[in-house]
Amino acid sequence: MAIVIVLVLVVVGSIGFHVFSPWWWTPIASNWGFMDSMINLTFWMTGIVFAAVILFTAYCVYKFRHVEGRKAEFEPENNRLEFWLTVATTVGVAGLLAPGLVVWFQFVTPPDDATEIEVMAQQWYWSYRLPGADGELGTVDQRLIDGDNPFGINPDDPKGQDDVLIDGDDLHLPTDKPVKMLLRSVDVLHDFYVPEFRAKMDMVPGMVTTFWFTPTRTGQFDVLCAELCGTGHGQMRGAVFVDTEETYQVWLAEQETFATASLPAKVKVADLGKPAE
Amino acid sequence: MVDIQDPSQPIGPLEVQEVELYHAHSFWTKYVFSQDAKVIAIQYGGLATAVGMIGLALSWLMRLQLGFPDLFDFITPEAYYQFITMHGMIMVVYLLTAVFLGGFGNYLIPLMVGARDMVFPYVNMLSFWVFFLAVIVLVVSFFVPGGPTGAGWTLYPPQAILSGTPGSQGLGIVLMLVSLSLFIIGFTMGGLNYVVTVLQGRTRGMTMMRLPLTVWGIFTATVLALLAFPALLVASVMMLFDRLLGTSFFMPSLVEFGEQLSYGGGSPILFQHLFWFFGHPEVYIVALPAFGIVSDLLAVHARKNIFGYRMMVWAIVGIGALSFIVWAHHMYVSGMHPYFGFFFATTTLIIAVPTAIKVYNWTLTLWKADIHLTIPMLFCLAFLVTFVNGGLTGLFLGNVVVDVPLSDTMFVVAHFHMVMGVAPIMVILGAIYHWYPKMSGRMLHEGMGQFHFWVTFVGAYLIFFPMHYVGLVGVPRRYPEMGETLFIPDSVHFLNSFISVSAWAVGIAQLVFFFNIFWSLRNGKPSGHNPWGATSLEWCTPETPPGHGNFGDELPIVYRWPYDFSVPGADKDFITQDDPAGGLRTEGST
Repeated sequence: MAIVIVLVLVVVGSIGFHVFSPWWWTPIASNWGFMDSMINLTFWMTGIVFAAVILFTAYCVYKFRHVEGRKAEFEPENNRLEFWLTVATTVGVAGLLAPGLVVWFQFVTPPDDATEIEVMAQQWYWSYRLPGADGELGTVDQRLIDGDNPFGINPDDPKGQDDVLIDGDDLHLPTDKPVKMLLRSVDVLHDFYVPEFRAKMDMVPGMVTTFWFTPTRTGQFDVLCAELCGTGHGQMRGAVFVDTEETYQVWLAEQETFATASLPAKVKVADLGKPAE
Repeated sequence: MVDIQDPSQPIGPLEVQEVELYHAHSFWTKYVFSQDAKVIAIQYGGLATAVGMIGLALSWLMRLQLGFPDLFDFITPEAYYQFITMHGMIMVVYLLTAVFLGGFGNYLIPLMVGARDMVFPYVNMLSFWVFFLAVIVLVVSFFVPGGPTGAGWTLYPPQAILSGTPGSQGLGIVLMLVSLSLFIIGFTMGGLNYVVTVLQGRTRGMTMMRLPLTVWGIFTATVLALLAFPALLVASVMMLFDRLLGTSFFMPSLVEFGEQLSYGGGSPILFQHLFWFFGHPEVYIVALPAFGIVSDLLAVHARKNIFGYRMMVWAIVGIGALSFIVWAHHMYVSGMHPYFGFFFATTTLIIAVPTAIKVYNWTLTLWKADIHLTIPMLFCLAFLVTFVNGGLTGLFLGNVVVDVPLSDTMFVVAHFHMVMGVAPIMVILGAIYHWYPKMSGRMLHEGMGQFHFWVTFVGAYLIFFPMHYVGLVGVPRRYPEMGETLFIPDSVHFLNSFISVSAWAVGIAQLVFFFNIFWSLRNGKPSGHNPWGATSLEWCTPETPPGHGNFGDELPIVYRWPYDFSVPGADKDFITQDDPAGGLRTEGST
């Protein structure tokens, strides 16, 4: 009988924990409120199924536990019941999948007016490149990367000369403007992850991956790496500031471009250093 | 529809004639280099459990770090990554796969299909010894300079073989890949055996639709493994080449700590496709045997036929087939083409339907049953809770857009531990309590079993249920410590400490279980041949434990499906599969 009580407690406790515990997602700061809604919808649908299945099980154990003289019913199958259960499950699953795919379509379709921003990851820090006055990023090549040109910008490409470089420092974004993140890694897999933005994407050396979002409130947010990238993975942190347009412009004016940048010394890497071999 | 032999129809002869078995002559050939599937099963299970203990100890260490960061100086980030990597690899491959297929598969397939042994006993023995070698290589990697690999159990390149990752420059990663390759070679020998034995070694009257669901589960899982493991083998060999010979299968042109490397032209995502083409079927390689076994345990201990046997068989086969076209749901944020998301989210959610049917049928088996709350039954109920919980959180992660915020967080860790860690292990434990009497002739101690069950079930739920919410807060996985952040409330540290204490409690309860296994070998209550009143053929052997050749002089003949429990009109509440008369059964309930 203890098992019946525990089964009921599992259901009651799990739902109670979900509703009353203080552990919940951090307030959103992007346009992806749909993702939160989808999570909530899924929580409620799966929660109801979980409670129903476990409580039914508990009831069976309570009602049909062995007592002297009990005999089980012989019922090999019941096609009608199985058919309707299959239909109900299919409908429920489709009900979750359909809105999910609609939101996914939005997620993979960046708006035309999104500003392109490059995030460049390496063990174990973040750098950023913003298009300059011409609104376009210059071309880059992994093989051009060296101490003088940490982004590997093609010096012959005029579009790259005015690119704004933020080497190992924090990113600022203006609020309420859609941005398309172009994600690049120079060494291993990384993942640009800001919990408040909800969106994230792996960064893969040799290719450019993307996602888009619109920051919706100002503030400072943590940037974490969400894809294991070696010993320093847990320390690969940064910050992104979402500013009002005015503050953003002030910050932007202070940044250096590829053309004006002095040779950047790579002090940031030295903090962590190459691990002992 | 119940498959019972019509008495007017003769039963055909054996499809494959019996051949003389190699009978052991010495201690060495009887207990060490044995060709008896039952001995090989115990060797497989024992070695897998032993190496699983290393995996368990590693989880204690990582929980120490997560629950109480800054307290243990010896757990450096390097060590932490080595712990999680080896824990994951050991648990998924060397414990779960080996126990279900090498352990239960070897013990139960010949007995349940009515065969004297596996079809190729010598190859079966070789399979174990290659597995043994794989484990040795794995364990050696703990002791080489630089230690074992810390690349995460997914071993994603390029980091797995670059210097920023622990174990990448010494032999750690090399031994890991060699060990995996050996494991796959060894498994292939065993796997071919299991498949051929089920297809060709069944006794007279044992049609496919009279196989216990345990055999269906293990059989289907083995077919999956034979098709899926080669992808991991080629990925391992290709990565070995990248590491040792400087090829660039998975390595694009790279700059490592400011230095240009000579790699170029390879694709890191290709590795992920190969890995998950193996990795997702792997989930079902572990789950399907558990599905099968739990079905049989529920039927026996609830004294009722499994509800909807044919549907259960087709659900197993259907899930097995679907499991090959869902792999990229592990890669929604990997940078693969985003339109893949539409396809893989759809296939992934479709697989929820046959899985849900299985859950319904397990619970419906309990309806109007005669439920004996034995330890195996308790573990079955624990399986239901944890599997339903873990399966439902799969609907979050399978639905591509919901996965985006949750992927790479502790939510994922909680999900897969619940669904492919805790749930199958509940089945393994229940199965050991269930079949231990057949293997040893004695019952396990009830009191120790109760203690073991309650701590394991309640403890495991308390570990992994709250962990989902740690992930929901936004805590990423594979972080040895969170330190200061702007979004994680301090209370999460309390939750982490609580989870760690639960993890330790569950681990320690397993020691009671191991003690019980050894203690009961001598002191357990004698069980007799069929203590549970089960119907399948392993309970019909003339000796307990069964001798070499399993069934004495005559192989059994099968007349019925394995779920004739509580048949109306019968004089007992079970009719064994080899019983031609079926007690006093008179009705045409076929």
